[in-house]
Amino acid sequence: MEKRVTFKGWMLPLLLLTPQVLVTAFFFFWPAWQAVYQSLFIPDPFGLRSQFVGLGNFEFLLGDPFYRASFWTTAIFSSLVTLASMGFALWLAVMADRLIKGSGAYRTLLIWPYAVAPAVAGVLWLFMFNTRVGVISWYLGQAGYDWNHVLNPNEAMGLVVIASSWGRISYNFLFFLAGLQAIPKSVIEAAAIDGAHFWKRFWTIVFPLLSPTTFFLLVVNIVYAFFETFGVIHTITTGGPQQATTILVYKVYSDGFVGQDLGSSAAQSVILLVVVGILTIIQFRYIERRVHY
Amino acid sequence: MSTISLKSVRKSFGKTEVIHGIDVEVADGEFIVIVGPSGCGKSTVLRMVAGLETVTGGDIAIDGNRVNDLEPMERNIAMVFQNYALYPHMSVFDNMAYGLKIAGMPKAEIAERVQTAAKMLQLEEYLTRKPRQLSGGQRQRVAMGRAIVREPSAFLFDEPLSNLDAKLRVQMRLEIKQLQRSLGTTSLYVTHDQVEAMTLADRLIVMNAGVAEQIDTPMHVYEHPASIFVAGFIGSPSMNFLPAKIDTGRSTLSLESGANVSAEGLVLAAQSGREIIIGIRPEHLELASPDRADLTLHIAAVETLGADTLVHGSIAGAGVDGTKNASFAARLPGNARIAEGETLPLRIADGALHLFDRQSEKRIAEI
Repeated sequence: MEKRVTFKGWMLPLLLLTPQVLVTAFFFFWPAWQAVYQSLFIPDPFGLRSQFVGLGNFEFLLGDPFYRASFWTTAIFSSLVTLASMGFALWLAVMADRLIKGSGAYRTLLIWPYAVAPAVAGVLWLFMFNTRVGVISWYLGQAGYDWNHVLNPNEAMGLVVIASSWGRISYNFLFFLAGLQAIPKSVIEAAAIDGAHFWKRFWTIVFPLLSPTTFFLLVVNIVYAFFETFGVIHTITTGGPQQATTILVYKVYSDGFVGQDLGSSAAQSVILLVVVGILTIIQFRYIERRVHY
Repeated sequence: MSTISLKSVRKSFGKTEVIHGIDVEVADGEFIVIVGPSGCGKSTVLRMVAGLETVTGGDIAIDGNRVNDLEPMERNIAMVFQNYALYPHMSVFDNMAYGLKIAGMPKAEIAERVQTAAKMLQLEEYLTRKPRQLSGGQRQRVAMGRAIVREPSAFLFDEPLSNLDAKLRVQMRLEIKQLQRSLGTTSLYVTHDQVEAMTLADRLIVMNAGVAEQIDTPMHVYEHPASIFVAGFIGSPSMNFLPAKIDTGRSTLSLESGANVSAEGLVLAAQSGREIIIGIRPEHLELASPDRADLTLHIAAVETLGADTLVHGSIAGAGVDGTKNASFAARLPGNARIAEGETLPLRIADGALHLFDRQSEKRIAEI
């Protein structure tokens, strides 16, 4: 049963649509178009003239080992962030779900990190892991481990992953807890009577029933790791050392606004545009349909 | 095959005690129905037997072994839930096989057992389907199948028919009864539906406010209810109650309306003057000529059911609940032509009076 509103003329519907169309056009279509347009040019460093190069910027990018390395870095970074934030959130949610008393208090406490802006979270973690005055790096030093994310690429990656995942755990936790509480108690009890211990129940009953939530969070977290972690990386590593933490979004910024290569930066934006497009399609096709069980 | 025994079983949630000591011995192969209104604690008792609730006091034994501290899976019982509690992401086959797989049974034997159960429950065509592709009745059968394949020592049913429509409920009721008879598995069945209770049970446990008011065969419960609660709960329409007093030196009871009711062979002279409540089932009232009538019913509504005619109305004189006129119902033959707004002279059938103490609300034993 489809319900449609029928208008007599076309003036009123047009009038109603105008604000949304204007906002979308000015703030979305026009910048997107500008990115596509500029990706075909190489402007001079002073921005006075630009030269048409066709697909030259893309050609250069795909042949650039630094750009391909950045793709790889992004893949590792977003996988780790997604895995860490979802895994830890699920574990916390399962524990909170077992509680009978006080789960409300836990929930409230666990939501707080979500309210911290990524850049602030980045600074917090940077302080704790600061190679000279950081609390955690001091303890690591006491334990015989010499922490230095400024020089060590793996440690740098580890730190941005931790800082990016931390705030995300709250968000994922809320969804997982809601998902867990939506599973009928009697189904769990039936499994208990059928002889399944806690972890057996978790892997054969709870986790499969949670799959719509898990899949939704998977896509949302990948999108987050791709596009919303700029603040964390900018405050902690600025993409270093040796571009070890330069994810695609960060490279758009550093090539364009630090390196003044606006043409390449625009081309990278276009590539990211395609990536977002693909992720969105996946999200709509599978999440909206909720194909699971 | 096994027995279940409950010895002064108690349950408290925090400081509130909800089950005040239940004692019952369930014999091997017996079908016991626990019946009572919502909130009387009947499901809690079942869940304690299943191991889903801890036992605060007393002992529960299955097959003579104390199971208080055993996990549900160690008690060798199977449970059928009101909402079926099927695993939604598994096929019918996997739903039934789940427990067997966990027990590590060989695949061939699992398949054989599931097939046998599916045949018994007419589910063979549906083994590959998911629960959401089944009707309510079929889902309930799958839940039963899941219980059967494990060949447990006892079945526990928690209002298994409440989510089904009326017609299906009657059909499934018969199926459950036949299934239990043919398997001979000891069963505990919780329901709030007295018709289910009466038809299924070998013995009934009538529960009220955390206490087992009466444990007996359905017919004995119906014919000799142990308290006013049981008398009012079992039977539909429910039993009529009137306050009365045992007359001195005569075998009659005087009602508040001033009328006297003969209580031949029921009352001892020693009991004279005692304040009681009499109970009369609607089906034990018959039409009489005005001079032979025990009671006069002022008709408020008539329900013609075909086989029976239910007459609702009131009797002059205070009711047990403090109302000015006692509400009253009579079940008369279907061919009795009765118009609303009339008064109806009624006679109480011989030997059909139930006597209860007015203070304790317990039955006064026939003497």
